[in-house]
Amino acid sequence: MGRFWSLLFLLVPILGTGLFVVAALPDSAPLYGHWFPEDISRDGFIIDDLFNFILYLTGVIFIVTGIVLFWFLWKYDADKNSEPVKFSHGSHTLEIIWSILPAVTLLFIAIYQMDAWAASKMRRPTVSAGVDGIDGTADDQLQPPLVEITGRQFEWRLRYAGADGKVGTPDDVHGVNELHIPVDEEVVVALKSQDVLHSFFLPNLRLKQDVVPGMKQFMWFRATRKGTYDIVCAELCGWGHYKMRGRLVVESRKEFDAWLQAAYDAQNQTEYSPSDTDDE
Amino acid sequence: MSSTTTDSHESAAHSDHAHSSGGIGHFIGTYVFSRDHKVIGIQFLFSTLLWFAIGGLLALGIRWQLAWPWTNMPVIGNLLFSAEGGQISPEFYTTLFTMHATVMIFFVIIPILAGAFGNFLIPLMIGADDMAFPTLNMLSYWFMWPAFILIGMSFFTPPYGAGSGWTSYPPLSSMVTAAPGSESAQTLWLMGVTLVGISSMMGSVNYLTTIIQMRAPGMTMFRLPLTIWGMFITAILQAFALPVLTAAGVMQLTDRMIGTGFFIPEGLVVNNSAMASGGGQPLLWQHLFWFYSHPAVYIMILPAMGMVSDIIATFSRKPIFGYKPMVYSISGIAGLGFIVWGHHMFVSGMNPVLGMTFMTATMMIALPSAVKVFNWMGTIWGGKVQFTTPMLFAVSFVSMFIIGGLSGIFMAATPVDIFIHDTYFIVAHFHYVLFSGTAMAVFGAIYFWYPKMFGRMMNETAGKLHFFLTFIFLNGTFYPMHILGVVGFPRRLADPYHYETFAHLQPMNQFMSMCAIGMVASQIVFAVNIFYSMFRGAKVGRNPWNCNSLEWMAPSPPGHGNFDFQPIVYRGPYEYGSPEVDTDFYPQTQPPPESADADSGED
Repeated sequence: MGRFWSLLFLLVPILGTGLFVVAALPDSAPLYGHWFPEDISRDGFIIDDLFNFILYLTGVIFIVTGIVLFWFLWKYDADKNSEPVKFSHGSHTLEIIWSILPAVTLLFIAIYQMDAWAASKMRRPTVSAGVDGIDGTADDQLQPPLVEITGRQFEWRLRYAGADGKVGTPDDVHGVNELHIPVDEEVVVALKSQDVLHSFFLPNLRLKQDVVPGMKQFMWFRATRKGTYDIVCAELCGWGHYKMRGRLVVESRKEFDAWLQAAYDAQNQTEYSPSDTDDE
Repeated sequence: MSSTTTDSHESAAHSDHAHSSGGIGHFIGTYVFSRDHKVIGIQFLFSTLLWFAIGGLLALGIRWQLAWPWTNMPVIGNLLFSAEGGQISPEFYTTLFTMHATVMIFFVIIPILAGAFGNFLIPLMIGADDMAFPTLNMLSYWFMWPAFILIGMSFFTPPYGAGSGWTSYPPLSSMVTAAPGSESAQTLWLMGVTLVGISSMMGSVNYLTTIIQMRAPGMTMFRLPLTIWGMFITAILQAFALPVLTAAGVMQLTDRMIGTGFFIPEGLVVNNSAMASGGGQPLLWQHLFWFYSHPAVYIMILPAMGMVSDIIATFSRKPIFGYKPMVYSISGIAGLGFIVWGHHMFVSGMNPVLGMTFMTATMMIALPSAVKVFNWMGTIWGGKVQFTTPMLFAVSFVSMFIIGGLSGIFMAATPVDIFIHDTYFIVAHFHYVLFSGTAMAVFGAIYFWYPKMFGRMMNETAGKLHFFLTFIFLNGTFYPMHILGVVGFPRRLADPYHYETFAHLQPMNQFMSMCAIGMVASQIVFAVNIFYSMFRGAKVGRNPWNCNSLEWMAPSPPGHGNFDFQPIVYRGPYEYGSPEVDTDFYPQTQPPPESADADSGED
């Protein structure tokens, strides 16, 4: 039976690697769509590449350790192996080697990731260099948010800066769940919560940020493809968590401006007149 | 067997227990409110196995909803959810995953490792007659019962039970209005979890004292079996991390009950009503909670790693490869374990600079884990592998832990975590560590130490069948979760398929759910085996596996007071295949040939 069990453990690296390969194949028939969702952002590929980098690295370790484990079980099966037991308490040299190699690799992975992290969470886009006239210093003028998004059980409330470019003024445009943004432009959004924790997750932009009541978060991105995509709530927010779904509409600047104007006009309508809204 | 074991079974062992005067009082003193570490260990074992079954059935509820959302569960649907037409409601779904995690973590994994095996094995393996504080030990078990009852009540409190996840993040968990229907359920849940902490606290103090003070003559710290090292370091983790969770639990209780506001910020509007309290910070809970719960992850694996080391060395008939590096890596995991909690909070809104620090610490904690894997493989290398049921489970622990360990690197990398945080990738990761890792090690440990507990072997054929089915089905259930995670499939959603991005993932979920049903069903083989063998299993002597460590020198099962002789330790527990003796094992208590009248093995 030792043979059988050894082979069973050999199946782990084979099938384990196999499933990832089949899932990652482009347009493969059996598991089509079982890989990263479509990337519609300028920076999303950075995260995909880092993921793949770790995947290749860990994949090699997974396959090698799996095969070595199988080989040891196969070779040293008590029923088949007539050699005497190697009476050994270990090897100092080996311990040093297999401590330092992973340590260096892991440290490298950590340092290698830091720039992408900083770009995504720490380097909010700026519009001008500030009073000292130098880019990249603390007094840079940060790009103001295009829209303030407030999570609420169980919807996303949106508040666009109106003509004055500021959120929180009377000319703001209000909306629910349907986030319009212009394509190929750097967009900053502010995130708040009115009640509990939520998490603003844009799978197609590889972005996620928890929304914490009492705090304000900022998120920035540049979408490069027009279309309509999912906004997912990724942090448990109550019984209706599953249905807290928003839509991200990426459109041209012209379409966006027209939509914003129309939304502004619609909400400033003081009387109900069906014919007016039909004209829009 | 060695010549040191004298057969004077009933001698000193039972004398200190003579006060119980027979009859019902004797029965209660011996089997119910027992202060004997072995009875307490077995009580923990069966209580936790019962909860294991409950937790598994809760998981099936989750899997049912993910495979066939909003459909009538066959047969039991109408009994359980008559008001919803036999369906799982979204409210009940939140209760299901909350309770599944709570039960599995607080009532199964932690108490089965520390409570069941810690209790049973520590005095036996270090050569002591019992724990340092037997009464405290008894209390640590009986404090679990109020927790069992409170969590049970929380589950059955109408209408839905606690549903804030096992992480119980405020403000959802701390504001009564945020989760209608969970008013008293959430409060009961908090009380229950706090009591589990108190129980673990009592256990850990006891384990530390016992291991430090009560080792047999000759049993130096570096002659301890790795199981004991795992338990020792775990007890340190519990003793230092648990007070933080207890404090945080009490703070959340007062937030709920008397309107303190430790975790509730100013100016919230929940369910269309403005909150009166405020001034708190939800992230504070996350810090306090993970300051305990991350070390708790290691509490849930280190003893398993120790037991796996013992099983692998025994059935490779070879000394453990790199004993001291193993001890140092257990200690390294524990030390680093205190400074990595922030990796649960990369996207929480915590200062991103802190994220970099936690990323580096988290990456480094993979190092001692890697060292351990290499040492287990080094142990098998050059041995004579016996494919017994405990060995199969132990090897599968190594094989599966490689997957769980490697997938952790993805999440440790902060930019990658932005995308895969709170998706099924993390669900895959912790199930590979906790089920495929720890639970498989626990199965192995049960098969391994069962003869010592009950004096009979478990059935090997049934054991191997149990292993084979569990191994196949667990991979079928958990492995595809990685793929779901790559698509971004979020956890804790009652119905993910109304999102365009995830709608096409239902067939894969159905496959996983069928495997999950198979996995739970396979445990019937185990349940039958464990009870059948108690009465019909083959009777065994003291040392059926030809082991070296002390517990195998005591009678099976050991009487009250454990040893019928004074164990004296001459060497470490892993001297298998030693050229000093003719046998392929060399018990810790066997005197070396020089001092005894042995005539062989002189090199």
